[in-house]
Formats: sequence, structure tokens, C-alpha cells
Amino acid sequence: MAIKDIPDTECVLSGSAACPGCPATMALRTVFKALGKNTVMIVPACCTAVIESLYPKTCFDIPVMNIAFEAAAAGASGVEAGLRMQGKKDTTVVAWAGDGGTYDIGIQALSGAIERQTNFIYICYNNQIYSNTGIQRSGATPLGAWTTTTVGGKTENRKEMGDIIRAHHIPYAAQTCVSYPEDLYNKVKKAKSIKGSKYIEILAPCPPGWRFPMEKTVEMGTLAVETGAWALYEFENEKMTFNGKSKLLLEKKLKPKPIEEWIKYQGRFKHLFTPVRDEKTLKSIQDNTDIIWERYRSCYL
Amino acid sequence: MKNIMINTGNYIAAKAAVMAKPDVVAAYPITPQTTVVEAIASFIKSGEYKGEFICVESEHSAMSACIGAAATGVRTFTATSSHGLLLMHEMLHWAALARLPVVMCNINRVVGPGWNIWADENDSISQRDTGWIQFYCSSNQEIFDTVIQAFKLGENRDVALPVMINYNAFILSHTSMPAEIPTQKEIDDCLGRYKPLWKVDPKNPITFGNIIMPEHYEKIRRAMQDAHENAKKLIPKITKEWENKFGRFNGDLIEKYKCEDAETILLAMGAIAAESKVAIDNLRREGYKIGLARIRTFRPFPNEEIVKLSKKADLIIIDRNISCGNEGALFTEVKSALYKKSDVKVTGFIAGLGGKDVTYNHIIDMYKKSIKGKFKDTIWYGFKEVKA
Repeated sequence: MAIKDIPDTECVLSGSAACPGCPATMALRTVFKALGKNTVMIVPACCTAVIESLYPKTCFDIPVMNIAFEAAAAGASGVEAGLRMQGKKDTTVVAWAGDGGTYDIGIQALSGAIERQTNFIYICYNNQIYSNTGIQRSGATPLGAWTTTTVGGKTENRKEMGDIIRAHHIPYAAQTCVSYPEDLYNKVKKAKSIKGSKYIEILAPCPPGWRFPMEKTVEMGTLAVETGAWALYEFENEKMTFNGKSKLLLEKKLKPKPIEEWIKYQGRFKHLFTPVRDEKTLKSIQDNTDIIWERYRSCYL
Repeated sequence: MKNIMINTGNYIAAKAAVMAKPDVVAAYPITPQTTVVEAIASFIKSGEYKGEFICVESEHSAMSACIGAAATGVRTFTATSSHGLLLMHEMLHWAALARLPVVMCNINRVVGPGWNIWADENDSISQRDTGWIQFYCSSNQEIFDTVIQAFKLGENRDVALPVMINYNAFILSHTSMPAEIPTQKEIDDCLGRYKPLWKVDPKNPITFGNIIMPEHYEKIRRAMQDAHENAKKLIPKITKEWENKFGRFNGDLIEKYKCEDAETILLAMGAIAAESKVAIDNLRREGYKIGLARIRTFRPFPNEEIVKLSKKADLIIIDRNISCGNEGALFTEVKSALYKKSDVKVTGFIAGLGGKDVTYNHIIDMYKKSIKGKFKDTIWYGFKEVKA
């Protein structure tokens, strides 16, 4: 699907409360185009719960049920069962949660829902922080990144959520990025066509959270992929396929850009460059990225 | 011919639940609730239950899934106990604020540490302010009747609230007693179809539960309070209809037993209240004018009824719970109901914590202590220092 062929349906209406340059609304526009209007969305506590706008208004042209932070996947299980019992089997149930609601507080309900093979799509828009609460560390925050709770930079690696999801024998899982709308569209579309649990994670560079100018959202996503800080892939029938530039990186047909090319534009890594270069941490970040790709190659090449 | 089932409180609760035909049941096992879940699973196997049973990975998810399902406009049921109920706490508020009439049995059990699976009502008492309607039952027949009535009550559009049916661990949950079971048609006729206040529906793309400003939020809270007041009026109607149809009356907000000429009235809930009837019969034979007002609904609380009772009689409260830092919760509630309306003597007992047995002899003893003794705020009945 080329971008010109993506439907012009808009389910994100004007009047949202998103920040300028917000990756979540960008991604949602594409997600809704792929899902169509016969969709119910479950949203836990996350930026999207704010983006929706104030009661009694909404910026979404599909039904949305907000639910508690850790409860998106369980709530979706209930919605799916309720609709199915009424014979509404063609309605797509989608849970839309941030990385905090997915990697951390919501992981139990998510694991349970996938293990039960709930027929739904779980989408994590991953901005690598608790952005809604004011930029705190999450399990998705990368090594070295400043947050309000990792003031000197995070000293631990982020979780490999994809590995955890794949361990559930899920029929379909994918990683994509807001900077690649065709890739996102195609993956959501494919997920919609598959029965059972589907998991899609969207890298969502957050201007205020990552400390970069609001017009650079797409660029930050592209650089994440080109440096290997993020991978585009699909996991279907227990088989991994890397997509786009990530495929070339995996096959070593393209040399990744140094990780610095991504992090140097983000204020959250500023302490690694000034007042003096923190060579040790910068090397660790590069080494850890290389290790992840070596592991991808040993497992999936 | 009447269909009498002799079985445990849990089995009879499960039987009532499936006869109400919930489209979705979501539950997680915890002692002593497990046999409810097991019975529902067996009803699926036998074909007696045709709904969806979601075996979730926690009670938090059980309530979340019930909320999700109820939000699509279907009937839902779950059951839990003790720590399971506490884990649900956040979602109990959510269900009530969302005005979703989830029906749940809670088997009152001790909260740890240490681990103890016997009867104690601190689990549900600590959910008092979640907005749920709370019933306390004292027989297996009442459990059956109340589960069905709970759907009727909660689904009424003037109420639209979730309903919790509480009964004591083992004393009821695992004790076999006879219960008359109506026919499926009678239950169907009684309940009718559930017509939700709102639902998630692609044909009507509303956003439910987004950010809300204080004025609107206050309105929602006020509407919940009004719904509880409506429930107060509706419960006697439902129980009266039930009596007319099935010839059984377990009480409405309160079940009164020998209160007409009573000079002292015991107020208690659950199994202790059932045991109190035996105590009252014995005391009456000794010539004491005593009655029982068994509190069936802790929320909404029967303030007006209690004031009426206090016009003729002193009150003795027995709490199988303790709100540490103050006193038994029922004791507090009763005194609050009486404020500026009655200056009757009120004595409060704490009894049966941790599943400690409370027999009719104990209750007789409490009564005699109360009428002879000086007025004392709270008496821990039979409290003994035990060596470690």
C-alpha cells in the first residue's frame, strides 16, 4: 500500500488536546484509516486519555472506552466477549496504550489476554517514558536517557518487550514507527485480518519528553530506525521478518548510522555531551545496540 | 411441585448466576470462592450455561473484563473473596462511576496477614465507599434470591449500579442447606432483558470516561447518590414482588424478627444475624423482650428504618469487622443514623473476627452483659490474650 492509496477517512477530529508534533495523534490517524469505523478502542491512562479532549466532547469519531492504567487488555477482553455474545463479530477491538501501561503496570493483564488468545489488537505507542505524568522513566526508557526520575541518565537497559510478546506464541506481532505510515498502515491492516491476539508497537518520538523541536518527530523516528535504536519487523506464524531499512541492517546490506546520530538531537541525552563527553556511557549505548542486532541475526537470519 | 436443591451457598450462588443468563462471567479463583467458579465451569460443560466465561489472570482483570463486557451492553457476573475483592478495589469504583450493573458475590473472608480463610467482614466493609450496593445474606435460599434480585435492582435505569452480594466464608459458602429453585421461565420473566443506560457502539461513537471538569464530576457523584436513594425505594418493591410470586421474603433493607414488642433490638449482618434468631427465641422463652433487625443492605444504609426501631427499643450492634482507630463499622453507621433523632442506648460488640465462632449462646451472653452492664462504647466480646 502506497501512501497515496491510504484512505482519506479521518477519525481523529479537530480539537484534540495533543501537544504540537505529537506522535500519538499522527499514528492514530493512520491506525483508524487501517481499522475503519467499525472499531471500539479501549484506552488506559496515557497521553491519549488527555488528547481525547474534555468531557462532554471528544476528538475521536469511533467509540472509546477509557479504563484504569493497568486494565487495558483485561477491559478489551470483556469488550470483545460482550460484542461477540451479541453476534457483533465484525467489530474490531483495539487496546491503545502507552509504554508505561504496556511494559510496566499493564503487563500482567496484557500477558493474560494474549495467553487466552483474546481476539483483539493491542497497540503500544512507545515514547519511552511516562510522558503524560511529566516524563518519568518506564521499562521502555533507553540506557542513558534523562527523565525526571533518572536525573543523571538511566543506568539500565530498556526491556525487550517484543521478546516477551513472542514468548506467548502470539499469531501476529509487529514493531513499526510513526515515521513510516505505509508500514504502520499495512501492519494494522494485516493484524485486523488475523484472528486471535495481535500486538503492534509503534515507536513514538515525543518532542517534550525527548527534548527535541516539535517539527522533528518524523526525523527522530527515521533516525531511530537508521541507527538501529529501533527495528521494524513482523512476527507471524512464529516467524520473524524484518522490514524496510531494518531488513537491510539485519542482512548487513546497509551499515547502521552511529547511535550518536540519533541521540545527539535529543535533549534527554545532552548530559552525555556537555560539559564533557561521557565516552563510557556513549560506548555502552552503542555496544548494547550492536548486541541486540547480533542477537537478532543469530535468531532470525 | 417445588424444586428444592440441597447444596452449598457457593453452588446455589453459581446456580442463581447462570439462571440469570449473564452473557459474560469473568473470574479468578480464591478460597473460599473457588467452588462458585468451578460450578460455573461445570455448567458450561453440561450446557446449562451458554455465556462466555473468561478465566482471567487476576481479580483486577476479572472486574476490568466485567466492566468491558458490561460497557457493550450485556449482563455480567463475577465472584470473589477477601484479597481478591481488595485487588479489585480500583475497578469497583470504576464500575460504579461508569454506572455498570455488574453483579458479584463476595464470600466474606479474613484479610491477611496472617493467612486465614475463615469468615470476617472487613473485606467488604472496606469497600463501603466504592458506590456498590451491598447485600449481606444469612441463608443459601437468601443467596439465591438475592443474586436474581441483584440483577433486577442493578439493571433498573433509576439505579444502574453494581451490586455485591456478601455471605460468610464456609458458614454459608461451604454449608449445604435447602433452597427452592424457581423454573428458568420464572427467572426469565422476572428479569427480562437488560437495557443499558449507555454502551460502546460503533453506530454511536461516544468517548466514555475522558477528562472531566469539577462541575460535571460532582454531577456524576450526585447522580450516584440519587441512584442509591432510588435503590432504597426499589428494594422493598422487588422483595415484595418476589414474595408475591414465590412466597418467600428475606427482608428488604432490613429483615425484622420479633421486633414488634421488643424493648431491645439486636442489629447484625450475615451469619451472626442468622444465629441471633436462635438466641432471640431462647431469650424470649426466658421472658426477655428482644428482637432482631438484620441489616441486609449496608449500602444503601437503612437510616430511616433504624431511627424507627430506636423509638421503641435500645439497640445492640454486633460487628464482624473493625474499623481500626474507631470501632465496628455497623456501630458507627447506626449511631450516625440516630444523630439528633434518637437518644436511645446503643451498645456495640466486636465479635467473630478471624472466623472466631459466634454461637447463639455467645449472643445471649452479649445481650445479658449489655442490659446489665454500664453503657460502654465498644466491647470486644470474648477477647482473650492468647500466648504466641
